[in-house]
Amino acid sequence: MRQLIIIGSGPAGYTAAIYAARANLAPLLIASSVDFGGELMKTTEVENFPGFPEGIMGPDLMTRMQQQAERFGTEIVYDDVVKLELAGDVKRVHLGDGTVEEALAVIYATGSAYRKLGLEDETRLSGYGVSWCATCDGAFFKQKRIAVVGGGDSALEEATFLTRFADEVILVHRRDSLRASAAMQERAFADPKITFLWNKEVAHIYGDSTVTGVGLVDTVDGTESTLDLAGLFIAIGADPRTHLVHGQLDFAPEGTIAVQGRSSRTSLPGVFAAGDVVDPTYKQAATAAGSGVVAALDAEHYLADLAAGAPQHAAELAV
Amino acid sequence: MSTRSVTDATFQSEVLESEKPIMVDFWAEWCGPCRAVSPILDRIAEENSEKLDIVKLNVDENPELAMKYGITSIPAMYVFKGGEVVKRVIGAKPKPMLEADLAEFLA
Repeated sequence: MRQLIIIGSGPAGYTAAIYAARANLAPLLIASSVDFGGELMKTTEVENFPGFPEGIMGPDLMTRMQQQAERFGTEIVYDDVVKLELAGDVKRVHLGDGTVEEALAVIYATGSAYRKLGLEDETRLSGYGVSWCATCDGAFFKQKRIAVVGGGDSALEEATFLTRFADEVILVHRRDSLRASAAMQERAFADPKITFLWNKEVAHIYGDSTVTGVGLVDTVDGTESTLDLAGLFIAIGADPRTHLVHGQLDFAPEGTIAVQGRSSRTSLPGVFAAGDVVDPTYKQAATAAGSGVVAALDAEHYLADLAAGAPQHAAELAV
Repeated sequence: MSTRSVTDATFQSEVLESEKPIMVDFWAEWCGPCRAVSPILDRIAEENSEKLDIVKLNVDENPELAMKYGITSIPAMYVFKGGEVVKRVIGAKPKPMLEADLAEFLA
């Protein structure tokens, strides 16, 4: 049996692995079979992760984190967790290939999944003009007119990136101001290829085999309008990926996993959570990394107490 | 063993005239999910070599075919039978999910 299993391979998971491995816990990290590296695998230039004054490509940053975790003895498995049994003293992690891994402690750091608009035609046209990944799909919209939905950093980053290919990028936002950082806003406002449609919500996506346009509703006066487009990129945020622990762990009102104070301790002893799954607010690579440190140190203390025979009490949560 | 590549020049003979069902993985160097799904496709190809061929097509080097088949999102995995597209799978997915999508060609 292992000491520690870490689930997730974003900045939180890898940073937890670096700390846990350096504490000689020889962690096993379950990275996922296709989503390994997390959200940053789909970004281009990361300019706000400390230590990289010239910026670094998201996938390169994640490869470096992975190598740093492996350097100290983290074992990485590229498979998906299909089921978790977290309640007992021994935690069981069921993998896609049928194997079951056991450990005394688990760090859950599975990040978040893109939010959908929730429209009927969104799924049907996904991959046929509707996209959640500008870096994956942007190049297919050369000299086209496309729109990005959203108002945060990721929406502006996508819009700015897409101007490399598209002739016209329209940012559709349901408010009249942006949540994005000042630096991202200045860059987007200065870009002649980006125009802004304020107080508009996407109500319909049109197209038989590929996207041909969208129907918009004004969020202030309710007027309807249409927009001809070849592509629609959706960047309206993300929700914590918590389906594996529903019914097992306590949740905060925001939908994130409840943790005790500033720690990573969940409602079950020996189960720790880090990164976007505990953070409804900041969701940055650097804060996720810090959260991973907290989880590794908490797990280390838990395992040391366990080895010393200290009684384990269920964490009392003040949510 | 990794799956072989096809190009604009070889597409007709290798894909459209293939006797066996053949899946074309439209991909690009800069696409992270394409790189993630690539080893999974290699394994599926290896395990089902008698039923389904799997080949790769680089969309940067072969833009005409990507445009002809209306590719707007990669990885896009299209199964061809008798020169026609009979199945479209889009996006990187875990091996069991891809196998479920392709079940009719792997049985």
